[in-house]
Amino acid sequence: MKNPRSLVLAGLRDTVPMMVGAGPFGLIFGTLAISAGLSPAATLGMSLFVFAGSSQFVAVSLISAGAALPVIWLTTLVVNLRHALYSATLQPHARDWSAGWRWVLSFWLTDETFAVVENHFRTQGRENGQWYQLGSSLGMYLNWFFWTAVGVLLGSSIPGLSEWGLDFAMLATFAAIVAPQLRQRPILVAALAAGATSLLLHGLPYKLDLMVAALVGVVAGLLAEKLFRPQRVATEVA
Amino acid sequence: MNHWLVILGMALATLPVRASFLVFGHRLVFPPLLHRALHYVPAAVLTALIVPMALAPKGEVDISLGNAYLIGTLVAGVVAFASRKTLLAIVVSFAVYGALRYF
Repeated sequence: MKNPRSLVLAGLRDTVPMMVGAGPFGLIFGTLAISAGLSPAATLGMSLFVFAGSSQFVAVSLISAGAALPVIWLTTLVVNLRHALYSATLQPHARDWSAGWRWVLSFWLTDETFAVVENHFRTQGRENGQWYQLGSSLGMYLNWFFWTAVGVLLGSSIPGLSEWGLDFAMLATFAAIVAPQLRQRPILVAALAAGATSLLLHGLPYKLDLMVAALVGVVAGLLAEKLFRPQRVATEVA
Repeated sequence: MNHWLVILGMALATLPVRASFLVFGHRLVFPPLLHRALHYVPAAVLTALIVPMALAPKGEVDISLGNAYLIGTLVAGVVAFASRKTLLAIVVSFAVYGALRYF
């Protein structure tokens, strides 16, 4: 069970549920990017070269809002910071990997692959783990590209799709991701602070309002965490 | 705007973060404050994006039943909060949004 070939297949198989979950988002991303004015090549290029779902969604909404380049880049960085945590968590399992493996698997490190791979290393051991992670990564990567392409086809073949109010898909997606987290009080505080700030500052040039609001939200969350410390510990244990 | 430039910068803001500890791990320490701050990034960034889009889709604040973006977003939030099912929330809210906008 520890030879490379079966490990690649095992990684792929364990990632299938994640691929099914990511599919619709790839499709929505492809469609939205086209209606936001990206060319089909640039839309596919973003999925191929950036390969970070949430950042890609945020970038498309920023592009259609007319944000400045540095704001888009900086937001991408902020939205991606959680990957540093995944990188740190996987690092002890990667001691035997060559530099080449580390770079390649870093490029493909997503929320989904992290969840699958970290669970596997912890419960099944890390022997030849790079092959397992390769299987998971390739599954996510090809799946994301495929569904982006389907979205691009849909977006470019239906005329006037941009007037259908598809931008609502982004709102619905973001709201559906955030809402369940609001059960944790510090996160609720972070969201309220960020939302209020972005409404107050709405219209600042280059979408700077977004960066300021996100920062205010994070600081508010950290402060609230101090106030609600007992509850936070309880939710983390659960 | 050159979208390839957007992509290049985004790639440069993505790969080094993912590679950080896996490639340069022995030289890095994850700052505890950053670890705690990360917990709040998704909710802060996404809410900061959502609120102006939902409350003022045409540039001015519009709190009314006629604002399909606002009602749809609220529906998405409530369904996701109650069911914890992201896709279900998207589908239901899209139906409500579509109904408000086109009927």
